[in-house]
Amino acid sequence: MQPSPVRDFVVGLFVLAGLAAIAYLSLQVGGINYKGPRGFVLYAGFDEIGGLKPRAPVTISGVKVGQVDEIGLGDDLRARVKLDLDPRLELPVDSSVAIRTAGLLGDQFVALEPGGEEDLLRSGDELSFTENALSIERLIGKFVNDAGLDEN
Amino acid sequence: MTAAIEGLGLRAVRFVHHLGSLSLFAGQILATRVAPPFRLRRLVDATFDIGVLSLAVVCASGATVGAVLGLQSYYALVRFGAEESVGALVGLSLVRELGPVLTALLVTGRAASATAAEIASMVTTEQLDGLRMMSVDPVDFVVTPKATAMLLAMPLLNALFVTFAFFGAYLIAVSLLGTDGGTFMTSLENAITFEDDVVGCFLKAGVFGALVGLLATYLGYHSEPTSAGVSRATTSTVVIGSVSILVVDYVITALWGF
Repeated sequence: MQPSPVRDFVVGLFVLAGLAAIAYLSLQVGGINYKGPRGFVLYAGFDEIGGLKPRAPVTISGVKVGQVDEIGLGDDLRARVKLDLDPRLELPVDSSVAIRTAGLLGDQFVALEPGGEEDLLRSGDELSFTENALSIERLIGKFVNDAGLDEN
Repeated sequence: MTAAIEGLGLRAVRFVHHLGSLSLFAGQILATRVAPPFRLRRLVDATFDIGVLSLAVVCASGATVGAVLGLQSYYALVRFGAEESVGALVGLSLVRELGPVLTALLVTGRAASATAAEIASMVTTEQLDGLRMMSVDPVDFVVTPKATAMLLAMPLLNALFVTFAFFGAYLIAVSLLGTDGGTFMTSLENAITFEDDVVGCFLKAGVFGALVGLLATYLGYHSEPTSAGVSRATTSTVVIGSVSILVVDYVITALWGF
């Protein structure tokens, strides 16, 4: 085959298109975090985290402001969730946090509700007011038990 | 009776022999790849033959597979009121399994068979012997550029296949089935993670590329120097290549969980 500048150009275009597709799949679709940790870290202790997974979103009024970084067991043998949040957030010390489910069968996420105090939380602080994840089985069990008791 | 068992034994021994021969051939390809001369012009030409000429098949099939997947997923999910998860279902199926496997099968049928036929006919027309006469290593000159091009082109074609498939599914979901485009894309993007899904997808594509490149060049290089040998090399490449892809796909998925 004779070397042809057109052929080389086309091969270059092909490689470029392929790399662009790889980049799209990795960054946009895959959501690889190239920004690194956001910097504002808060901890929250829960009795029950349900199906919460790392990288689950953290929202305020439905708007994503960060994500769940790590989930571990605290010294008090309760679940300890590490939240990685936008450093521009200003949260009062009495802010509360709850684990909610997106829809009935959706993934679980963390919802933050700002409090009313003047003092603000700093990176590394622990959130005092936490609400556990709802366990559907426990609810049903409770309902069945109460219904059974009513019959007697 | 004994003839059947003898035949089985002979086949088993031949299979092991071929496996060894294949491994030695792979070693040869690697050795010529890392040592000069690097023959980049040959590599570019091979990438054109294998990659660029497969673009039409890969992109057209990608769009259609995506459209069919979108359609089938919608019909399955709408019965549970979960049609907003169409994006997630389509995306995960494509990235985890269908993208790498279907791209590899399409490329095997088109590019690998062409490669095997080309090398086998070079054997038949004594071109490889001619190269040896000129003290040019036929593996370095003919085989390694093609095998390397296959390894490099497979992930690129895989990415294009998946992207076109997303586009096809999006088109069907939004214009034909009436799903909301934003919901589709959000559901798709939320379900796919880079670490678990995308990495596995391209790892598989790379492995398939290396596997098919090795098989096509090996079967072409070691074919009988007759026209029947050329045809046998071509068909063996497609058959053995396709089955190996599916088996290796299972092994990778089972071992690494993606």
